[in-house]
Amino acid sequence: MSIPISKTIQDIKPSGIRKFFDIVSEMKDAISLGVGEPDFDTPWHIRDEGIYAFEKGKTFYTSNSGLKDLRIEISNYIKRKQGLNYCPDGEILVTVGGSEAIDIGLRAMINEGDEVIIPQPSYVSYEPCARLAGAKPVIIDLKAENEFRLTAQELENAITDKTKVLILPYPNNPTGAIMEKSDLEKIAKIIKEKDIFVLSDEIYSELTYSETPHVSIASLDGMRERTLLINGFSKAYAMTGWRLGYACGPKELLTQMTKIHQYCIMCAPTISQYAAVEALKNGDDDVKTMKMSYNQRRRFLLNAFKEMGLECFEPFGAFYVFPCIKKFGMTSEEFATRFLEEEHVAAVPGTAFGNSGEGFLRISYAYSLETLKIAMERLARFINKLNK
Amino acid sequence: MREELLLIIEKNSRIDLKELAVILGVSTEDVLNELQQLEKEGIICGYHTLIDWDKTSVEKINALIEVRVTPQRGQGFDHIAERIYNYPEVKSVYLISGAYDLLVTLEQKSLKEISAFVSDKLSTLESVLSTATHFILKKYKDHGTILEKKHTEDEREIMI
Repeated sequence: MSIPISKTIQDIKPSGIRKFFDIVSEMKDAISLGVGEPDFDTPWHIRDEGIYAFEKGKTFYTSNSGLKDLRIEISNYIKRKQGLNYCPDGEILVTVGGSEAIDIGLRAMINEGDEVIIPQPSYVSYEPCARLAGAKPVIIDLKAENEFRLTAQELENAITDKTKVLILPYPNNPTGAIMEKSDLEKIAKIIKEKDIFVLSDEIYSELTYSETPHVSIASLDGMRERTLLINGFSKAYAMTGWRLGYACGPKELLTQMTKIHQYCIMCAPTISQYAAVEALKNGDDDVKTMKMSYNQRRRFLLNAFKEMGLECFEPFGAFYVFPCIKKFGMTSEEFATRFLEEEHVAAVPGTAFGNSGEGFLRISYAYSLETLKIAMERLARFINKLNK
Repeated sequence: MREELLLIIEKNSRIDLKELAVILGVSTEDVLNELQQLEKEGIICGYHTLIDWDKTSVEKINALIEVRVTPQRGQGFDHIAERIYNYPEVKSVYLISGAYDLLVTLEQKSLKEISAFVSDKLSTLESVLSTATHFILKKYKDHGTILEKKHTEDEREIMI
C-alpha cells in the first residue's frame, strides 16, 4: 500500500536550514547566533506561580477560551498598553503560543482561493499556514531602503479583488524593523479603503527601542473591527517553552476561531495559564530589565558592525539585527555556511525568511554580551579575510 | 543613563569605559564624567570584588551579631554605630527595625577571635544592652550572585 499523504502538505517545503544547523551542535567551540528566543530564564516569581499551580493540583482543562482570570488580565494589559477594550468573554482567546493563533486565525478567515498578503522577510510560518488554510499567499518583498517597513504603495500594489487578509508582522522577525504610528496610519487608510482585514502579529510588542512604545494598528481609528491582534508571553516574559499566546478581535471571528481551537487543542496548557496571570500582574519590571539588556546588546552589535564596515540599518525592535552582506559577492547561504565552517559562528541566512532576505543575515542578540563579543571578533576576522 | 550605568557597574565594575559607552549609546567622555560625578556625590562608594573565600585555603569566619542598644540623647543611634563601625574587623553595620537595633557583620580568622570581639569589645560598650551572635555556616548567594553556580548548557534550538 502507499502511505497516504496530502498533496497540500507535500507541496510545503520543510525549513531548509535545519540540517545546516545540526553542524553547530557537533562543533565544540561553535557559537550560535541563531536562536529566536530569550536567553533569560522565566522570572522566578512567574515560575513560582507555575509550581504553586502544580501543587494545588491545577492540572485540569480550562475553558476552551482560557482561564477567565487570564482573559481579564489580558484585557487589562491591552487596555493599559494600547488603550483598546477587548471583552474577556468572547473577544479574547488564549492559544498555544502565538503560532496557534496565526494558524487558526487564518483558517477561520480564509475561503479557498482568497489571497493573503505576506510582507517578507518575515517569520517562516505565515506562508505555510496561509497555504494550509487554502489561501493563495501574495508576497510583498520589503526593501532595505525603507528599513523593511511596509509602505502604503507596496500594499496597494499587492491588493487585488481576491485579497482578504494582510499579515502585519511588526516588530519584525528577522529584520528587527518596527512600524511607527505614522507608518501604520498610511497602511490603515488603504486597508479601510480596500476593505480588507489585518492579522497583526505583535509578539515582539514589548521589545522596542525607539522613543515611543509599540503602537498596535488595532488602536487606530476604525481598525479595531478589522484587526486580529496576536500576542503572547514567549518573548516579553521569556516564556517560550510554556507555549502560551492569545488572539483578540471581533467576536464574530473569535467565535469561529474558538471552534477550531476547541476541536484541535481543547485549551492551552493550564499550568502555563496560571503562571501567565502572574506575568501580567507583576511582570512589568522583568520586562523592563530584560529590554534594557537587549538594548545594550543591540547597541553593541551595531557599533561592532560599524567598526568592521558592515552595513546595517538601525533596527528598533525584537532582538535581531539584519546586516547586509551583499558587498562580499556571496549569497546569504554561502556567507552563512562559510562563516560557520571557517569561524564556527552560526547565523541564519536572510533567505530563510523569504527571497527578499537575500543579501542579509539574521543575527540574534538573545545572547550574553560575552558571547556576542567573541562572535563579533570572529566576524571581524572573517570579513577581513574576505576583504583581502 | 545614570540608573542604567549604575545597574551595569553594580554587576561588573571592571567593564571598560569604551564598552560602557557603546552599550549605553553615549560617548566615553560622558561616561567618564558621569562616573566621576557619581563618585563625587558618594553614590559610587567603592569598586569591590566578590570573593568566595571558602574556595581558598584562607580561614575566614563570618558572623552576624544582633545588638540591642540604648540610643543616646541628641545623637540617636549614630554615635554608638560609629563606635562599632570604627573597628576594622567589623564589615558592616546596619540600623534595623524590629526586635533589635543594629546588625553588625564581622569577619575574623577564628571563632575565638569573634567571641573575643563580642565579649571584650562589643558587649562592654556602655550603651550596648545585649548581643546575639550568629555564625555563617555556608554562603549560597552573596550580593545577588549565586556562589555555587550549576553548570548549564545553552540548550536552545535554532528557530527561525
